Order: sequence, then structure tokens, then C-alpha cells
Amino acid sequence: MSFPRGKTAVVGAATFGIGAAPGYTAAELLAKASLAAIADAGLTPADIDGVFAMLPQDPFCALSVPEYLGIRPRVVESTRTGGSAFQIHAMWAAMALDAGLCDAVLIAYGSNQRSASGGLVSSGAAPFPYEQAYKPRNPPSSYALAAALHMHEYGTTREHLAEVAVAARKWAQLNPDAFVRDPLTIEDVLAARMVSDPLTVRDCCLVTDGAAAVVMTRADRARDLAQSPAYLLGAASATWFKNISEASDLTVTAASEAGARAYAQAGVKPADIDVAELYDAFTINTILFLEDLGFCPKGEGGRFVANGGIAPGGRFPVNTNGGGLSCVHPGMYGLFTMVEAVTQLRGNAGARQVQGAKLALAHGNGGTLSSQSVAIFGTEETL
Amino acid sequence: MHPEQEYLAFLAEGRFMLQRSKGSGTYVFHPRVAVPGTGEQDLEWVEASGRGVVYSTTVVRNKPPLENYNVALIDLAEGVRMMSRVVDMDPTQVWIGMKVIANVSEIEGIPAVVFTEERT
Repeated sequence: MSFPRGKTAVVGAATFGIGAAPGYTAAELLAKASLAAIADAGLTPADIDGVFAMLPQDPFCALSVPEYLGIRPRVVESTRTGGSAFQIHAMWAAMALDAGLCDAVLIAYGSNQRSASGGLVSSGAAPFPYEQAYKPRNPPSSYALAAALHMHEYGTTREHLAEVAVAARKWAQLNPDAFVRDPLTIEDVLAARMVSDPLTVRDCCLVTDGAAAVVMTRADRARDLAQSPAYLLGAASATWFKNISEASDLTVTAASEAGARAYAQAGVKPADIDVAELYDAFTINTILFLEDLGFCPKGEGGRFVANGGIAPGGRFPVNTNGGGLSCVHPGMYGLFTMVEAVTQLRGNAGARQVQGAKLALAHGNGGTLSSQSVAIFGTEETL
Repeated sequence: MHPEQEYLAFLAEGRFMLQRSKGSGTYVFHPRVAVPGTGEQDLEWVEASGRGVVYSTTVVRNKPPLENYNVALIDLAEGVRMMSRVVDMDPTQVWIGMKVIANVSEIEGIPAVVFTEERT
């Protein structure tokens, strides 16, 4: 069975509570985004018969989310691969919709981690004494190890890393929903407090609240709904390890495998993509994923982002909402890349709109560069 | 074999042990019930050589009075990689490719394999 290219589409998309949303539970945030996405599609909760949900602190979110929304789904799914889960949800949603297992899938995420705890919340991961004994400050230290090796092998510099943060901030300044929009310079990033060398606090994503949701249907139904469909042309994931000490090569991620499969499904190549939303939990991520997803050769990511390469007006638009670095990062960010890809394809991105965007790539990263997922969306004319 | 329990018990005795497949000679770390990928379960414990090379390195930064410390990935001579710390030197001066030697020490009271620079 091949991937049902263009047979399904995102027909509703929304976010809620980006930034700080004090007083809400994670489930409430998820529900607010979900109801907005369902309404955006011109549907009601009663139309949803597939619920693919993620609440990080709730192992039973596949049950509690449908209960909260008053849905008795025919299909549920709650892949726990971290922030890459949502592109995987989209992959399974496309297969389930195309097979007729269900007719309308809600993919939803919510977290109140900023307001509830004042900081990062535990992932609930199993103990791993072979790393914990050494007290890496995770997740930053794991990504720092990858950054250090990339710098050593390819001549990537801290200024290159800072370029990623500055580009994200410049996009955020064009996005009224982005949480942090203050000016940021290369010098600011370099002078910021070091967290785990070579990453400063400005090389690290935000810690925010926030929720996101999308609704998917088959393409025939999508054409009759309220919004221009964002057709899912390809979706794939790859999982290579969990702990960073188990990575075989810190400078190559599973995005290289997931991306190749998603491109093949979609029948497109990296040069065809008009806008890329990459999971930028740390500045090194964007550089690694630009390489692994074929936007530049391996090792060239630092030079690709230099001189505003991925900032507004640069050579290639990346993370146009401001990314996890400047827009929103509520523990898991992967669904927000999909919402922004859809927003760009609809032409609804306002001052940050990539003119004429027809093909958008939304990427997810889970764990410590462990699980990688890619979804490629296109407008009607890409079918 | 109870790999995690036995590994940690060796450490508590001051011994750094690795698993090795009797048939293929493949070394395994972290300790498992079988060789990853091939599933061979003929694993035995052997003393690690203790020789390694820094694969990557970072410094975990702390606010004083807490001290900064190194966290590194070490490629062992046996062909396996592990997370550890390079100690007894300025953590910022640890470099990729540096040759290191293992010692069984303690970190905050817990037995752990750490590394020091190999002096030639």
C-alpha cells in the first residue's frame, strides 16, 4: 500500500494560549484549540470520529481528550515520541481516513507547562542511569553535544547558531501571536548566559504554554468545507535511538531518512519546497535539519543560515511563525509547525506570508534528536 | 543475567565491566539482555580496557557556588560509546579527539565511570 498522496487534507487549524495562559489546565488549553480548529473547518465536535491527542502529563490522553470533548471516536491514537508525534499522527490519520476507518480526525496538543510549573516539566521518561549519573542538563546538553561536534567537523560557529535565533526573532516580529518579539542581535545571543557549551539561553527554545489543533478529512469532503484545504502529500517518520549517547553519528539525524521517504511519497524534492517549518528546540536543530532535509549539503547548514539566510528576505523562509525559539514551545512543538505550514498555504500569514507558497514542509523532532517526522503539504494545484 | 543490576553492582565494587558476545566478540554498552540489532544473548562480562577518546563534549554551567562540570561522550577502545565526565581539569579545556582513561569514581555519592586525560 502506498501513501495516499493528496487523498486527505487539513481543513481546520488553530492555536490557543500561545505564550502564557495562566489559570488553564492543559486539557482546557487543548480543548480551546480543538474547538477553534473544528469551527475553522466548519464542523462540530459531533463530526469528529478520530481523536489523535497528546497531553504530555496524561498517559491516558487518548481517553481523556475524547471524554472532555464529548466524542466517542472510532479511532484513537497517542504516539509518544515526543515533539515529533504530530506528523506521525498526520501519517496515520491519512491512512485511517483513506481506508475509511474514520471520516474526520482531530489532532490536538496542549500544555500549561510555563504557568503550572514555572519551567520545564518532567517528561516521565524511564530512568537511564548510564546518562543520569553524569547529570547532563537535558535536553540542552544533548543538543550541545551535537552542536559541539558539528562545529568541530564542519567549521560551524557560534555566530552561525546565533543567526538561527536572530532569524527566528525577525520572523516572530512579523507574527502578532509570537510570544517574544523584542529585538535580538547576534551579539545578544553570544553574550547570553551559557547553559551547556556552546549553547546559551538564547540558543534554547522558549518555555511557554500553548495548544494547537488541526482537523483532517478526505480530500473530496475537504473541498466542500470552509477553508482552502492543505493537502497532505507525504508523511513519514524515522526513529534511531532515544538517548543521545546511543546516536551513531551526532551530526546526522533520522530526518535524513524520514525526509527522503516523505519527498518520495509527495513526488517533490527539497528545491520545490516554498517554506519549511523545522522543529527548532535549539539553534543547532535548524542547521541539522536544513542539511538532513536536503536544503543544503551536510555540513553547510551554518553557512546556509549566515547573513540572514533564513530570516525574512533571506534565501529561504524557515520557521515563519518565529519557531520554538521565539513564537511558542510548550514542551512539544511539532503540531505548531503543521499549523504554520497550513496558514502559509492558505495565504493567511499576514506580514510574514511567503508569497505564492504552494508546498510547505512541517517537521517534528522528538526526544534528543531521536525521533524525526516530516509532513509535506500542498495547495490544490500541487495535486 | 540481570544486566543493569550486575553492571551497577560491579561499579559499586569499583570495577568497570562491559558485556561481550562470546560468539561474535561484539561489545555492548549500555548493558542489555542481547546484542542490539542481532539479538545474540551469549553475553559475558569482561573488564573494560578503560582507554577512550572524546567524541563530543559540553560544559554544564551552574550559578555559583555550584561548579561547572564537563559532560562528554567517550568512544571506548572496545568500539562502544558512553556518556561520562572528563574530570581533574578545566571542563572547558576538554577537546574532541582527546585521549582519556577511565576511573571508577563517585558523583554525588553514586558510583560512576569518569575519565581523565591520558598523560603520555
